[in-house]
Amino acid sequence: MTAFLTMWDADARIGGRTVLDGADVLVEAGQLVAVVGPNGAGKSSLIRAFAGLLPLTGGVVRLQGDDVTTLSLRARAARVSYLPQEGRIAWNLPAVEVAALGVPFLSGAEAMTAARAALDEVEAGHLADRGVAEMSGGERARVLLARALAAHAPALLADEPTAGLDPDAQLMVLERLKARAAAGQAVLVSLHDLGLAARFADRVVVMNAGQVEAHAAPLEALTPEVMARVFGLAARWVEGPDGPLLSSGRYSDGSPSGTRTASSPA
Amino acid sequence: MTRPSRLTLVLAGLILAASALGILLGETVFDMAQISQAFADPGSGPAEVLWQVRAPRVATALMVGAALGLSGAVMQGLLRNPLADPGVLGVSASAALAAAAAIVLGAAAAPGAVEVSALLGAGLAGGLLILFSARVRSPEALILFGVAVSSFAGAATALIFNLSPSPIAAAEVMNWLLGSVQNRSWIDVAWVTPAVLLAGALAALAAPGLRMLSLGEETARTSGLPMARLRLLALLATALATGAAVAVAGVIGFVGLAAPHLVRSAVRGDPGRLLLPSALAGGLMLVVADLLARMTPTDQELKLGVFTALVGAPLFAMIAWRAAREWRL
Repeated sequence: MTAFLTMWDADARIGGRTVLDGADVLVEAGQLVAVVGPNGAGKSSLIRAFAGLLPLTGGVVRLQGDDVTTLSLRARAARVSYLPQEGRIAWNLPAVEVAALGVPFLSGAEAMTAARAALDEVEAGHLADRGVAEMSGGERARVLLARALAAHAPALLADEPTAGLDPDAQLMVLERLKARAAAGQAVLVSLHDLGLAARFADRVVVMNAGQVEAHAAPLEALTPEVMARVFGLAARWVEGPDGPLLSSGRYSDGSPSGTRTASSPA
Repeated sequence: MTRPSRLTLVLAGLILAASALGILLGETVFDMAQISQAFADPGSGPAEVLWQVRAPRVATALMVGAALGLSGAVMQGLLRNPLADPGVLGVSASAALAAAAAIVLGAAAAPGAVEVSALLGAGLAGGLLILFSARVRSPEALILFGVAVSSFAGAATALIFNLSPSPIAAAEVMNWLLGSVQNRSWIDVAWVTPAVLLAGALAALAAPGLRMLSLGEETARTSGLPMARLRLLALLATALATGAAVAVAGVIGFVGLAAPHLVRSAVRGDPGRLLLPSALAGGLMLVVADLLARMTPTDQELKLGVFTALVGAPLFAMIAWRAAREWRL
C-alpha cells in the first residue's frame, strides 16, 4: 500500500515561532492517523501544511506523490478535504446548503443529494433545512463535518473535529471517520483526547514543539516514557476487557490510575 | 418557481409601480387631461415635465439605488460582514473626495474626468479594505478601519473646500456631495446604466465564490476557490457601481447597507443569490426615497442623501445590534 499523504523533513514558522521542525509524517489510504500533543505543539500546523495552507520553509508535503505546492487549488481540493478548527459561518444558511459547499463543482441537484447523504452520515439529516445560526454548537459542528465528508476526497483532514462536542457526539464523529478510513480514505485528525486517539487511531503521531516525538501504533507511540516527556503525565497501558487501555494521571495525584481510560482495539 | 425568483418578480413589480408614481407625482400637480396630453403630444408642457424632468430623475434614482444595493451585497459577501457597505466603509467618501478634487482642480471641463476620478477613488478605498480584510479577521476591526477611511476621506474633502480659491465652486461641490438626483438628464442615465450593468455582470461572476466564502477564506481555498480572482471581481464590481453612483448623484448613504439586509432572509442568507434582489431592493428604496423627499413640503427641496441618512442611520444602529448578537456564535 502506498502512502497517500507524506511529509518529509518539514520546517515551518509562524511569526518567528517554529511550528514544524523536521516533521516526517505518513498517512496511507485506509488509515486513521491521530495527531496528538500539548497546546502549541504544532498539531494544527501539521494539518494545515497538508491542506496547502501553511507554506514550508523546508521539506516537502506530497499528496498522492505530488508536491502540494505544484498542484492547482482545484487539484488539491480533488485530493484532500479539510475541516478547519474555526467554525464560524458568516450567514444563516440552511444546513444542507452548508454541506453542499463541500461539493462546489457539482450541479445543483447532485450537490444537494451529496449534501443530504453527508448530513445523514453524521446523524444530522433532520437538521437539513434549519438555519445554522439557530443551531447549538454541537449541531453546527456536525454540519461542518458533513461538508468535509460530502466531498468524498481520497484524503480527509480534520482539525479538532471533536472540540466542543458531547461525549456521545465525539464517539459518533470518530466512528464516522474510522468508517471512512475503512472505506479506503486516508484520514488525518488532530485530537486533544488521548483516550479517543488510543481507541480509534491506527497510528498516532505525537507532536511536541513542532517535532514528531513518536509515529507508530497507539501502543508503541503512547508509551509511558513519551507520555511523561511530552504531556507530563504518568501513564501505563492496562489489560482491559476489550484489549489494552491507556490509563493516565497527573504525577501530583500520586497514582497514574483511573482519570482517563480508553480501550484500544489492538 | 423558487423563492428568490418570485422575490425578484415582486421587487420588479414594486419598482414599476414606484416609478410610475415618481413620474406622475411632483411639485406641479397635473390633472388627467394634462397627463393624457403628456402621452399624446411629446412637445407639450406636461410631456416635457414628465419625460424630460421626472422620468430621467426616476431612472437615475433607480440606477444609483441598484448600484448601491449591489455594492453593499458584494461587500458584505466578500468581507463576511453584515455591516459592510460602501458608505460605512468609506468607499463612497473616497469616490466623493476624488471627484471633488477633480472639480476643484479644474478637471470638470474635460468630459468624463469627474466620473473617472470617482471610480478611481472608489477603487482605491475598496483595494485598501480588501488588503486589510485579508490580514485581519475580526469583523469589528474591519468596520473600525472603514470608519477611519471614511473619516479621512471626509476630512480631506473638507480640506479641499477649506483651501478652495472659489467659494462658489466649493458651494456647488458641497451641494452635489449632499446627494441628489434632481435635474438629472437622460445623458446621465445613458452612461450610468451600462456601468451598473457591467458591475452586475462582474458581481454575477463572483457569486459562486461569495457563497463558498461563507465558511471563511481558508475553507474556500481548500475547496478550490482562487481568492485573488474573487477579490478582483468583487473589487471591480464594487468600485464601478459605487464610483458611478457617486459620480452621478453624490454621496447617498445606507442604501448599500439596508438593501441586502431587507432581502437576506428571503434568500436564506445565501450571499450569491442575494445580489440581484439586493440591487432591485436598493433601486426600489431610492425611487421611493426620492419621491418622499420631493413630496415633503419644505422650502428648499430635501436632498436625497440627507433623507436616506436620516432614515438609514437608525437602521444601521439596529442592524449593528442584531449583528453583534450573531457574532457571538
